[in-house]
Amino acid sequence: MWILRLNMTDHSYKLEDILERYKHLGGRGLTSTLIYDEVDPQCHPLGPANKLVFAPGMITGTSAPTSARVSVGAKSPLTGGIKESNAGSGWAPALARMGIRALVVEGQPEGEGFWMAHIAMVDGKPQVAFMPADEYTGRDLYEVYPEIYARFGNKVHVAAIGTAGEFGYPNSGVAFNDMKRNPTRYSGRGGLGSVMGSKRLKAIVIDPTDGPGVHIADEGLFKQGQAKMREALMEHAITKPKGGLNSYGTAILINILNEAGGLPTRSFSAGRFEGAADVAGEAIFETNKERTGKEVYNHACSPGCIIQCSNTLYDKDGKEAVSCIEYESDWAFGPNCGISDLDAIGQLVTLCNAYGLDTIEAGVTIGVAMDSGMIPFGDAEGAISLMHEIGKGTARGRLLGMGAANVAKAFGNPRSPTVKGQAMPAYDPRAVKGIGVTYATTTMGADHTAGYTIAPEILSVGGASDPLKAEKGKADLSRAFQKTTALIDSSGHCLFIAFAILDIPSGFEGMVEEVNGMFGTNMTGDELVELGAEILRRERAFNEKAGLTKAHDRLPEFMHIEPLPPHNVVVGLPDEVYDAVYGEL
Amino acid sequence: MDVTVKLFAMLNRYAPDRRKSGEPFQVTLPEGSTIADLVVQLGIPDREVKVAFVDGRARASLYQLAPGAEVGIFPPVGGG
Repeated sequence: MWILRLNMTDHSYKLEDILERYKHLGGRGLTSTLIYDEVDPQCHPLGPANKLVFAPGMITGTSAPTSARVSVGAKSPLTGGIKESNAGSGWAPALARMGIRALVVEGQPEGEGFWMAHIAMVDGKPQVAFMPADEYTGRDLYEVYPEIYARFGNKVHVAAIGTAGEFGYPNSGVAFNDMKRNPTRYSGRGGLGSVMGSKRLKAIVIDPTDGPGVHIADEGLFKQGQAKMREALMEHAITKPKGGLNSYGTAILINILNEAGGLPTRSFSAGRFEGAADVAGEAIFETNKERTGKEVYNHACSPGCIIQCSNTLYDKDGKEAVSCIEYESDWAFGPNCGISDLDAIGQLVTLCNAYGLDTIEAGVTIGVAMDSGMIPFGDAEGAISLMHEIGKGTARGRLLGMGAANVAKAFGNPRSPTVKGQAMPAYDPRAVKGIGVTYATTTMGADHTAGYTIAPEILSVGGASDPLKAEKGKADLSRAFQKTTALIDSSGHCLFIAFAILDIPSGFEGMVEEVNGMFGTNMTGDELVELGAEILRRERAFNEKAGLTKAHDRLPEFMHIEPLPPHNVVVGLPDEVYDAVYGEL
Repeated sequence: MDVTVKLFAMLNRYAPDRRKSGEPFQVTLPEGSTIADLVVQLGIPDREVKVAFVDGRARASLYQLAPGAEVGIFPPVGGG
């Protein structure tokens, strides 16, 4: 088992045996620990001292269901703090099966050109070839990916940045291939694409052929855990085949957030959108049925997934137009921009994939631009045109590529729906107070996945908590979710297994057994959750040294003074609640 | 009394006519009816209902509906 280091200063590489203290870590736990150990928190995110770390999860590369996740970490150019952004792709198990537990990209070359790294097994060990990649720069990733596959063969997996990362935008993601080899699976959040771009690395192509595979210490225990996890996923109404996610995708959430009055509309000025039903997951399903003449169920983003929540929108001729329209992307360009045209939303999502942008940050940025008067709300054509400007790097495009918080500043607009410089996702914290506590306090900047209190607050999964009640208990709720999430993000499982294991205790047992089987350990569930808490403490310590303190754990002022219809509520939580999340960790 | 009802996702098949998911329709109920009574009247098996909202607030199945209430009923949904 190795850590593979790519030194971009001189285009050399080093294969190191993994140190004892990293052996039982994976995914987010490993990226955040390596960054905590090796990166100066005061460094410039785009300078030579920052490092970009890729780590498959603890059990990624095994046959455990829904476990093909990769974490990407660095100091974030968007938030100025530590970042972990998680994606599902065949790239993740491919890296794991080559025996690589973490890939660390370091240094920075002189000169202007871009490079790519090709990693393949030679004599039982990963070998890296660096090659010029200028032919792929400045271009649409939907054109670039087929060329890379034509050159290296269909067995490879590809991570790459788009023009957003090349330009160094704070809004830029790292793209991974989906099952059809398109650049649609993203570690989108926090500007990690520009960290990769700052190292002049355009793409990492991995060929897992002849990899040693992953070693499982106790096969019997692992299989037992895997079976329990599988059973839970197959049984739960949200995760089972033809269940909620497989039928309607993550955009099934549009209607329920709208009903709850927490669907941020027109840049967080209302909690309900009159066009919600037209852009919801159900509308995507019905539109596809009408356009293809059959019921289309969703597909997997990565190998071995039971949930299979990735949708496709078909065009009027019944041809595939875009995949995938996630809830957050659908909302960011739809209700958040006052746009109710599904085809336009699909086009905007495609442009994010083509240019290498985070859909949440991009949609919220366009929303802020609309709120600031650059173009009107509902102007889909205008939004598409702005997205092209971002991707092509015009002066206006570069401003928008800086993200929502910076655009709000440029227009003197105090309505900046951001925390620590990162755009808020698709739940208004005035109407769903627990998720606001997560946005404010997570080490990541405004991020729903970091502590998804939406499950009990809106979905009645894993208990129930009144979303509108401003109570101290929201700190406990958010903290509990943040700890468990840090664990799941480290395991290699997709976070969506949480829906099943929150309601079905044997599913959680299964995850504990998988991890113990993998490493030959004997940890209890509580000990594993404590490992999640330890990861959070490391991230928090990094952020404090980087200058992010509890003064940054706050929601924007306008949400404390501007009531949100239909419930006409402001946030209404005192600072002590936010401070209690990490104060009592 | 009349209430306005919206059925979402898989529950839409219990809505009258062929309408879009979440498209509202009127239901007449005896005064004092609860969400559970409404669910029975619509012919929805209880196990298929996960959450019901009344005027934007999630309510338990024994919640008594007022005339003119807007009720949104969901099966288990999740995402993010």
